[in-house]
Amino acid sequence: MQKRSAQKIRPNKRFRRDTRMYHLMLLVPVLILFVYNILPIPAGILMSFQNFQPGRGFLGSKFVGLKNFQRLIALPDTMPALVNTLIIAVWKIVGNLLTAVTFALLLNEIQTKWYKRTVQTITYLPYFLSWVILAGIMIKFLSPGSTASSMGFMNTLLMRLGLIREPIYFLGTNETFRASVVVSDIWKNFGYNSIVYLAALTGIDPTLYEAAAVDGAGRWKRTIHVTLPGIAPFIALMTILAIGNVLSAGFDQIFNLYSPAVYETGDIIDTLVYRLGMENSQYSLSAAVGLLKSIASCILVLLGYKIADKYAGYRVW
Amino acid sequence: MNHLNRSKTWWLSQTLIYFIITFVTVSCIVPIINLLAISFSASQAIIENTVSLLPVGFTTKAYTYVMHNQKFWTSAKVSLLRVLFGLPINLVMTVLVAYPLSKTEQAFPARKYYVTFMLTVMLFNGGMMPTYFVVAKTGLIDTLWALLIPGAVPIFSCIVLMNFFRGIPSALEEAALLDGASQGQILTRIFLPLSKPSLATVALFSLIGHWNAWFDGLIYSNHTVNYPLQSYLQTLVASNTQAMLTGDLKSFMEMMDVNDTNMKAAQIFISIIPLMVVYPFLQKYFTAGLTLGSVKE
Repeated sequence: MQKRSAQKIRPNKRFRRDTRMYHLMLLVPVLILFVYNILPIPAGILMSFQNFQPGRGFLGSKFVGLKNFQRLIALPDTMPALVNTLIIAVWKIVGNLLTAVTFALLLNEIQTKWYKRTVQTITYLPYFLSWVILAGIMIKFLSPGSTASSMGFMNTLLMRLGLIREPIYFLGTNETFRASVVVSDIWKNFGYNSIVYLAALTGIDPTLYEAAAVDGAGRWKRTIHVTLPGIAPFIALMTILAIGNVLSAGFDQIFNLYSPAVYETGDIIDTLVYRLGMENSQYSLSAAVGLLKSIASCILVLLGYKIADKYAGYRVW
Repeated sequence: MNHLNRSKTWWLSQTLIYFIITFVTVSCIVPIINLLAISFSASQAIIENTVSLLPVGFTTKAYTYVMHNQKFWTSAKVSLLRVLFGLPINLVMTVLVAYPLSKTEQAFPARKYYVTFMLTVMLFNGGMMPTYFVVAKTGLIDTLWALLIPGAVPIFSCIVLMNFFRGIPSALEEAALLDGASQGQILTRIFLPLSKPSLATVALFSLIGHWNAWFDGLIYSNHTVNYPLQSYLQTLVASNTQAMLTGDLKSFMEMMDVNDTNMKAAQIFISIIPLMVVYPFLQKYFTAGLTLGSVKE
């Protein structure tokens, strides 16, 4: 012990620490991640080129080459699922961004402390509820009413206000399903998403506002010329990092809200993967869809990280 | 500086801002209040559509029904066990990953290999079916472990905690090393006590994650007795229970004067209560956690 310490205080010599402890700490987590996150990758690749049968296992199942991918292209559900995923995901990214920024800007103008805190408490709440819970709430809340159940609060309200004559089946028709999904996603997330921008707003130099006020800039001008440029890097960063989500339109939400009546506009890649694999036992086909999605997502996320690193100096690790 | 130019337009826009903020805030809470009102309303009022924000024909019968619903409590027990074991597992794993990886490349030369590994895990997803078969092959189906082990290492939390550890002055560690402290002692005596807020964030995220998770319970259990609460609720929400009910239960429900709607509402509401209890703590910590994870100097 004495000798080691002496070695460490020698000047110009970097600390040589015992790194065995570090490896030891990482052993169990790395092992778990290896089994449940890494092993499925080769397993998925293998399955995609096989006619996988659980009884025969990964090594005993028959190799079929590209047949699964050919079937995938021929499948009538594939194209709509891809298109729906992109449409819903892009609307969600844009909608979530705009609402979060706007909400943060508006909230920033409120000086009454207790009111601001109350607003934050309430608007962050939906984020912490699962989509199962929210689906349960929304299916009832948006219900058009039928013989089995009564009309929901939303339709009742809209009809009493005279905005609509017939109740709208928000979650049950192809015309309204995507909009319902996007709006409810925004509703769940805007409060929580605004936290990043509220934090960024506190970082803006107050002297800039004072200078702008001296120059005679009103509230609107100050927002445009001081506040927005101040949080622009964060907006850019959040957008770039969201690129990776373009192929994930929100499985948890759509799985709990959709029904066969709206597959045309609401079926996404992840729900297709689920139905193929879990309901139709088309394991290999499901794995093939998953593999393609994973490759594409990986490229998109990497692209996002690269851009974020280059322009914002942002590094995850 | 606002007080310098509080003109008419200022007051007008201020009123507008308050109005918009109030409107969206109310919209966030209305569906939840509506649910609560329904759960305490009489069947007849629900059928006639008269329930909005206050219970109509106040009754606690739906809750009495839930009290007798064995399935609900079985799954609630699974959820409770899941949180009880899952939370410490997540915390320990997060610390075990975050601590070594918070060291510099000089102090821990192999760091870059581990980081590459973590990035691979983050970037590439094996997919639903392959993951399912790996979980099945390792014998976890229909056990509590299926809900604990595959998600034992929360990568996002690891990043949050790692960044926090990095902010702790290295002089503290060097001084401890000089005094002959081991790495284990440095971690438990210096790093962990200093990172209480960050650990609280990680713990709360893990708590919420475990309480809200439903999909793993659904696919990794063949028997519904192994469902956690959210998986049970998922089957409840997805089904039209009224149509599925067989004679006995149906007449029981009629006798109790509960229907599908207020019964579902009551169960959903009960499942939210634990979240409401931790929510004040959550609010205190998650801002710190979120900004730590995303904004760096």
